[in-house]
Amino acid sequence: MTETPNLKYLDDLAQGDEGFRKKFIGILKEEFPSEKQCYLDAMENGFFREASEHVHKIKHKLNVLGVHKSYSLAVRHENELRKGGNKYHMDFLSVLSEIEAYLKTI
Amino acid sequence: MNCIIVDDEAAARAIVSQLCSNVSNLNVMEEFDSAIEAIKFLNQFKVDLIFLDIHMPGFTGIDFIQTLKNPTKIVMTTSDTEFAIASYEYEAIVDYLVKPITQERFNKCLQKVKNSSSAISARASDGSNDPEGGASVEDLYINIDRRLIKLKYGEILLIEAKGDYINIKTNTKDYLVHTTLRKILDKLPEDRFLQIHRSFVINFNKIIDIEDNSVLIEKNVVPISRSNRSELMQRLNLL
Repeated sequence: MTETPNLKYLDDLAQGDEGFRKKFIGILKEEFPSEKQCYLDAMENGFFREASEHVHKIKHKLNVLGVHKSYSLAVRHENELRKGGNKYHMDFLSVLSEIEAYLKTI
Repeated sequence: MNCIIVDDEAAARAIVSQLCSNVSNLNVMEEFDSAIEAIKFLNQFKVDLIFLDIHMPGFTGIDFIQTLKNPTKIVMTTSDTEFAIASYEYEAIVDYLVKPITQERFNKCLQKVKNSSSAISARASDGSNDPEGGASVEDLYINIDRRLIKLKYGEILLIEAKGDYINIKTNTKDYLVHTTLRKILDKLPEDRFLQIHRSFVINFNKIIDIEDNSVLIEKNVVPISRSNRSELMQRLNLL
């Protein structure tokens, strides 16, 4: 991933509301690993269609975290999974790992 | 203005809720992670606006709109612009927000909601719409204890054969009428009512979901017989 996740969107949205900022980061920290695990499980079982649903949810978070190239990759990956292909899986895995690592820092 | 938020993603709900909190006179009554739960809520409470995610597993935002009984303004929220065209086919949809939503875009959307001349409300206030939000009023009179009772087609959820009687289920009441399923089926519009089992006729517009060999109509699980299944499936607007 050549781009760094950031909280610019969140800060704009929060408008100084620290309570919301904390709450939202909490949601990201809780929801992202669970979505990642669901995605991995679906891929492991070859359920590409189901995996695409999880990618769909994850891609919104990529946008929220300002990683737009990764978002584009997720869009392509979601479409490919719907068609039964998984050629972006490894690239997407790398994005997931980067995001997971970032979420541990905030 | 009272609103609800329907989205299966917690982060997305939190964002819309925060956007709402930055606007005066906009109250978030409830948040739902499933469309089915939202429908249950809407059966009891009236809201002015619904923020609705299109892309939800199982029961989508579009399915949700098709089951709404009362005309309510809807703002679609989604990550996919490709759904925009489909969503504008529905009159209740006032705007379409692509995630992640900015406050500026959200405020414009609310202005649009306020400015919308609301053909929906106009229809609701002049009483010309039936409970399904359709344009015309069509009634059926049933004979119970020598009284003729008027039922609107849109009130009927399903009809079940009970020996020499039929049980007409509506949202508010059940009516036991001495007749046959065949006779009442002949009186009902074909485009709205469908026999899905030898003992059951359903109001097609009231379907919430279909699973295996049964249909969910409000809280009623109705069996689908093998012989009627293909006709039901043909009539669905399947993706």
